[in-house]
Amino acid sequence: MFESLSYLTLQQYWWIIISLLGSVLVFLLFVQGGQTLIYTLGKNEDERTVIVNALGRKWEFTFTTLVTFGGSLFASFPLFYSASFGGAYWMWIIILFCFVIQAVAYEFRSKPGNLLGHKTYEAFLLLNGILGTTLLGITVGTFYNGSQFSVNFSNIVNPGNPIITRWETPYHGLEAIINLHNLSLGFAVFFLARTIALLYFIRSIEKASIIKKARQQLIINALPFLVFFIIFITILFIKQGFAYNPETNIVTLEKYKYIHNLIEMPVAGILFVTGTLLVVFGIGKSVLSEYAGGIWFTGPGAIMAVFSLFIIAGFNNTAYYPSIYNLQNSLTIENSSSSKYTLIVMSYVSLLIPFVFAYIYYTWKAISSKKINDSEIKKETHIY
Amino acid sequence: MDAIDISLVNWSRGQFALTAIYHWIFVPLTLGLSFIIAFMETIYVRTGNEEWKRITKFWMKIFGINFAIGVATGIILEFEFGTNWSNYSWFVGDIFGAPLAIEGIMAFFLEATFIAVMFFGWNKVSKKFHLASTWLVAAGTNLSGLWILVANAWMQYPVGMHFNPDTARNEMLNFWEVFLSPVAINKFIHTITSGYVLASIFVIGVSSWFLIKKREIFMAKRSMLISSIFGITSSIVLISSGDSSARFITDIQPMKLAAIEGLYEGKKGTGLILLGALGKSENYTDDNKTWKYSFKIEIPKLLSYMAHGNFNAYVPGINDLVNGNPEYNIISVQEKIERGRYARNILADLKKAKDSGNTLKYEELKKKFHDPDFKENYFRYFGYGFLNNPGSIIPNVPMSFYSFHIMVMLGFYFFLFFIIILICLFTGKIDKWRWLLRLAIISVPLSYIASQAGWVVSEMGRQPWVIQDLLPTVVATSHIDASTVQVTFWIFAVLFTVLLIAELRIMFRQINIGPKYGGKEHV
Repeated sequence: MFESLSYLTLQQYWWIIISLLGSVLVFLLFVQGGQTLIYTLGKNEDERTVIVNALGRKWEFTFTTLVTFGGSLFASFPLFYSASFGGAYWMWIIILFCFVIQAVAYEFRSKPGNLLGHKTYEAFLLLNGILGTTLLGITVGTFYNGSQFSVNFSNIVNPGNPIITRWETPYHGLEAIINLHNLSLGFAVFFLARTIALLYFIRSIEKASIIKKARQQLIINALPFLVFFIIFITILFIKQGFAYNPETNIVTLEKYKYIHNLIEMPVAGILFVTGTLLVVFGIGKSVLSEYAGGIWFTGPGAIMAVFSLFIIAGFNNTAYYPSIYNLQNSLTIENSSSSKYTLIVMSYVSLLIPFVFAYIYYTWKAISSKKINDSEIKKETHIY
Repeated sequence: MDAIDISLVNWSRGQFALTAIYHWIFVPLTLGLSFIIAFMETIYVRTGNEEWKRITKFWMKIFGINFAIGVATGIILEFEFGTNWSNYSWFVGDIFGAPLAIEGIMAFFLEATFIAVMFFGWNKVSKKFHLASTWLVAAGTNLSGLWILVANAWMQYPVGMHFNPDTARNEMLNFWEVFLSPVAINKFIHTITSGYVLASIFVIGVSSWFLIKKREIFMAKRSMLISSIFGITSSIVLISSGDSSARFITDIQPMKLAAIEGLYEGKKGTGLILLGALGKSENYTDDNKTWKYSFKIEIPKLLSYMAHGNFNAYVPGINDLVNGNPEYNIISVQEKIERGRYARNILADLKKAKDSGNTLKYEELKKKFHDPDFKENYFRYFGYGFLNNPGSIIPNVPMSFYSFHIMVMLGFYFFLFFIIILICLFTGKIDKWRWLLRLAIISVPLSYIASQAGWVVSEMGRQPWVIQDLLPTVVATSHIDASTVQVTFWIFAVLFTVLLIAELRIMFRQINIGPKYGGKEHV
């Protein structure tokens, strides 16, 4: 089946899968967003326990999606793995650190014998919520603004200096933070995560005091999200993009590259517009009425919009991981991918993804059929 | 940084080892306990006995505490392949990345999804659905083990790939050769059964503590029964797969075999060291670390038999492998270094020809990479081209030797231990033999020592290679400063240690509390 596809088609297929995983990850970051709201919405221990347990039943999906996103990038675009992870060392280490402390925080927080105290674990969750979302957003921002790295395959024959990819600044990824465009995406992701988390609480928690505060917080978080998102998108559409010539592989700067990509790839354009409208609609309907299902619009909308942003970063002859140290070292889906054979093997494995989505949906539905409230938590033997 | 910084490599190795050691503290218990819980819940569903539900829930709670920290340390390991080993990520990412991605798609989602049902679904889904979820969690945890072990086995025995000179990396040619490599299958069986053994000892140890305290008698005895049967079965597979490992190591990593036996001079009819201690030899220097036995108890000819199935077969020693032995067609390391450098020079010429547009020369050189003679006699030693000193292919002999012997001795002890526990359970003497209960508690840390020792043998014994014969560890590194890795090493060392202490305290407390609703105080 996949054997008949061209190498380029397989590379594109895998960029679509990476984009899908990336966009689902951004949606699932609502768990992180929710963690930053524990003290905003939970004014006493009971309320905080309800909030943490509502999030705790979903944290593993976000975590697993991040791990699978990383593993899939390694398998399909190993040069990105080599250049970005090996180069932007500090940025990735901080992100990973945030996720390590999150994993234990849920399980250990309320257990007897808790050495560090539940407040320490809540601080871990807060740290993960703030840094995890913002730094991931900033890192994705470098897909459009570039990073200072070089790639030289000939180094492998130099015994004194065989390393192929090098980061050309001593800050190892932290320099991305001072780029305002990256920062605007980081903050947009942060406030989007909080916004979706609020919609999730409204949908899944049955406790009037929390729901009331969640509705109040919705507009407070949705507005900054929209502001930062508009700033990011405006700059993205008017800035120069990193185009490459598929014949010569030469990378050049091209004016309005990303808006051109949206226009030249109508599917991406439609997904972006529809996704953005759905995000706004879900928020608006939840703000203006007592509607509890806003997440069913905003969640898929966020996935569609982010998916289209990944697509315009890598498709239509665009370098998805540009090098601003040497443009010609920029990574494209063609020059950084695995071999055709590996992509074929991986493509067969990808056929499992719909099956995975199906059982996630089925089990999620089975255990989330009832809203979370005080009495449900009291009956539960596994409490976070 | 204009040359490989050995300090960077050492700190990166230290960081990876630190993460792997901490990760492996939690993983084997997860692997085995997931099945033990599944057995218990199956009995509950089949019998309808609420006592089994309480037992299942107790061990599930322990499982949850252990699982979370295993997940936390696991994410670092995956990304450290990129952060600390960027050259490795490119050089073999085409092959190594695939199992990691499959692990995520096939195993991690299975675990993450059904673990939620396992913990929170008791009152929300049917008994059978819950039981199926518990079994799927066990399948998911073991499947994730499968894929990472396939990847690790490939590092020990790289098969199913070829080198692409244009992309300067190895590329997969045959997935099934990678997946079904005999080393991968053996490694998977050996490693997961070691997890089952550890988990069985853990359950027996905790149950013994309850028996000493005269608490939760029903739960303790039932848990011991299931675990000792699971432990005996797993031990048999563990020992037999360990025996198979010896044969694979003989063929693919003879230096590892020589190091774990402290064998310097090869001979026919080599004995297996049952017990021994190494001391510095007369020729020991900092540049030439050679060891000799201070004492040893040896079973004559057994190593030859284990390695070749023949009591009189020849087993090469460290010196034979370094200096070569024409009588047994063993090429010296110096010769391999020269062949590796020749292969590297061909690759350098090809790159130059390509960059200068000399198509004719480029095509001519490229043909060499498809020439069986060049591939078999030169390129297979590509990694040796980076070595300067033939002695550098010798791994740390004392560490390999002691780790191996500790692992093997404890492995046999565990097998015996399970049999004794089972006999005592059936004869009703388990409560009376308090020394055995105390021994069971002491055996819990011993099982962790054995488990870690196994990985030390596997990974330290492979040095200086990250990919056997193809990529030395020093070449696999990232372009970062040693001081950077030094800082992150200590951050992770402190973090993991604090989390381990926190985890142990919570676990001990949970064990002390016991099953929430109490166990019946009778059998």
